Amino acid sequence: MANSTVREIGNEPKTSKMNLLQAINSGLDIAMATDQRVICLGEDIGQFGGVFRATSNLQKKYGNQRCFNTPITEQGIVGFAIGLAAQGSVPVAEIQFADYIFPAFDQIVNEAAKYRYRSGDEFNCGGLTIRTPYGGGIDGGLYHSQSPEAYFCHTPGLKVVMPSNAYQAKGLLLSAIRDPDPVIFFEPKAIYRASVGQVPEGDYEIPLGIAEVVQLGTDITLLGWGAQMVQIIKAAELAAADGISCEIIDLRSLLPWDRDCVAQSVTKTGRLLISHEAPLTGGYAGEIAASIQQHCFLSLEAPISRVTGLDTPFPLIHEKQYLPDYLKIYEAIVATCNY
Amino acid sequence: MKIAPNLSPAKRAPKFEDGSSLRIPSLQILNQDGSVIAGATVPDLSRAQATKIYSDMLYIRMLDERMQSAQRQGRLSFYMTCTGEEASVAGTIAAFQPQDMAMAQYREHLVLRYRGFTTAQFMNQLFGNLDDLGKGRQMPVHYGSRELNIMTISSPLATQIPQASGYAYGQKLKGKDACTLCYFGEGAASEGDFHAGLNMAAVLNCPVVFVVRNNGYAISTSCAEQFATDGIAPRGPGYGIKTIRVDGNDILAVYAASVEARRIATQEQRPVLIETMSYRLGAHSTSDDPSGYRSKQEEQIWRDKDPIQRMKNWLIAQCWWTEESDTDLQKSYRTEILAELKLAEQRDKPPLGDLITDVYKSVPTHLLEQFQELEAHIAKYPDHYSV
Repeated sequence: MANSTVREIGNEPKTSKMNLLQAINSGLDIAMATDQRVICLGEDIGQFGGVFRATSNLQKKYGNQRCFNTPITEQGIVGFAIGLAAQGSVPVAEIQFADYIFPAFDQIVNEAAKYRYRSGDEFNCGGLTIRTPYGGGIDGGLYHSQSPEAYFCHTPGLKVVMPSNAYQAKGLLLSAIRDPDPVIFFEPKAIYRASVGQVPEGDYEIPLGIAEVVQLGTDITLLGWGAQMVQIIKAAELAAADGISCEIIDLRSLLPWDRDCVAQSVTKTGRLLISHEAPLTGGYAGEIAASIQQHCFLSLEAPISRVTGLDTPFPLIHEKQYLPDYLKIYEAIVATCNY
Repeated sequence: MKIAPNLSPAKRAPKFEDGSSLRIPSLQILNQDGSVIAGATVPDLSRAQATKIYSDMLYIRMLDERMQSAQRQGRLSFYMTCTGEEASVAGTIAAFQPQDMAMAQYREHLVLRYRGFTTAQFMNQLFGNLDDLGKGRQMPVHYGSRELNIMTISSPLATQIPQASGYAYGQKLKGKDACTLCYFGEGAASEGDFHAGLNMAAVLNCPVVFVVRNNGYAISTSCAEQFATDGIAPRGPGYGIKTIRVDGNDILAVYAASVEARRIATQEQRPVLIETMSYRLGAHSTSDDPSGYRSKQEEQIWRDKDPIQRMKNWLIAQCWWTEESDTDLQKSYRTEILAELKLAEQRDKPPLGDLITDVYKSVPTHLLEQFQELEAHIAKYPDHYSV
């Protein structure tokens, strides 16, 4: 999976084996090296290199003015970064866990997202990127496990990106940092170290807003993003043993999302399953389902299936039961194909 | 590197501090009659700059009176006045340079006037017409201008405070002789963003000057219901920020403090907090009626401390101004404001296409599709949707 999009690179690049965290670190390193305006800020990201080590060695390399610790204040970190971006810097702000992004909700939703619009393009904070680890699978309970992407996808003016592997993480991060609009970059922390692949050592970008077809198939389209792709691919392997051919799409960008890619696939397969870790109600699968049924109504052979977390806070002891794992996805594939 | 807070000499008894020992006095230079208080130092202010400051204060008073009436006549949806606080704004902005960024709350339109925002530009924003820099997207009084280094106003309170710290940090990295000037009210200082912004500015040594206009009221909520302490100034030292409190109706006191504040911010590369003590003589906005929460007598006490009258008294005492020139200027401002008001309300509204631009730098496909559907619908019912 990790190597599946090497086609997007021009010449044969020099690659090395990296996990997702190393790929993020490499992306940040290149962003800071190629653009003096890039600044990294957040809690514990300086000398320590962040609680997950995503910013390792950046302070040593670029100095404590361009890579620095902040006080513990998420609204302050994002507000400060918006000011930096408005001034002409290119801030990459880290929110230590996506579960702690909510004190910054006002700054993100009311300020960053509306900066350009409300000023008639007199000002913008397009240089802003917010990186934050999200998702379950690490025994994190309520407050180290959430997937809050849908809240932000409901906000015009933001871009939302969620990579699923090391190669994507670096290429999408470089695009996000250089994008002229504010981007929230959700990193799948469950596979920070588990996702390992050959990643180009140099500079490359994966365009935002474009999905990746991971596997071609004919019977059903499976759609997901981030860490959930691991479960989806595993479920597709089980289904293949039953003779079900799954087409797998990794959305990569949620806002804006690649509707054409998904619609084209569903028109071919006639079935769609969407899976995310976040709760069902108000989850992003609902938006995709509504849009696809509108565009592919006459092609659909079965109701669009959603395999998601339950409408509960994220549990601790029952995390395994809560998560929409490959077995739940497999069952939903079979049910949808037998509808 | 400082590992732990400096420890004060040990105590032998459990005596608690409540801040009552930290009474911060107000800087005052002028008496209401325009005379200089004995022992006070008059800041270096040329006749040209003094009369500019005064003229701009007078202009804003005229603008506020006219636009408040226009709102009552139903010509304008909403308005907010600066009445009573003109010196707090004029005295601060006058001490800063054009390259300094100004981030305001919403009652500081004098900042725009001081930097050259024209009457037509005020009117275009207030009426949200074709020539509004903000493309008719925000309620009246949400001005902004890149050319003048004045950040566009946003309604949510205090959000500009951490942004100002970040903006100033960016200026510092670029090594410019520039800083950021950030205004907010004493009510906004209760927001979390106040704490976030001031603490970050202090920790990260940002060249930013915070001006908190303590005008006594946040809509109907008085200071007594907003905080238990002596105003906002005592919080400054708590963050390690150099702080001064000034009589906000005393133009010379505000100006003197601001000149020094800018010097500290740019030369020492650290934040400053100024608290201007004043009074919101008008309503919070045209949607508010203060008679429900405060007395006429209280208002009169502050009317007698009018900052414009005080500066005029001083200017006349300097022989830099006369009552005749005052009357003439008021008349010419009124004429100009009314003429531009009439022009602006007749000007066309922005095109429908502005509905979807600037959400992103380029219009994304999904938004373009939504717009095309909207256009088709409007084409079917053009009268219903005419502006």
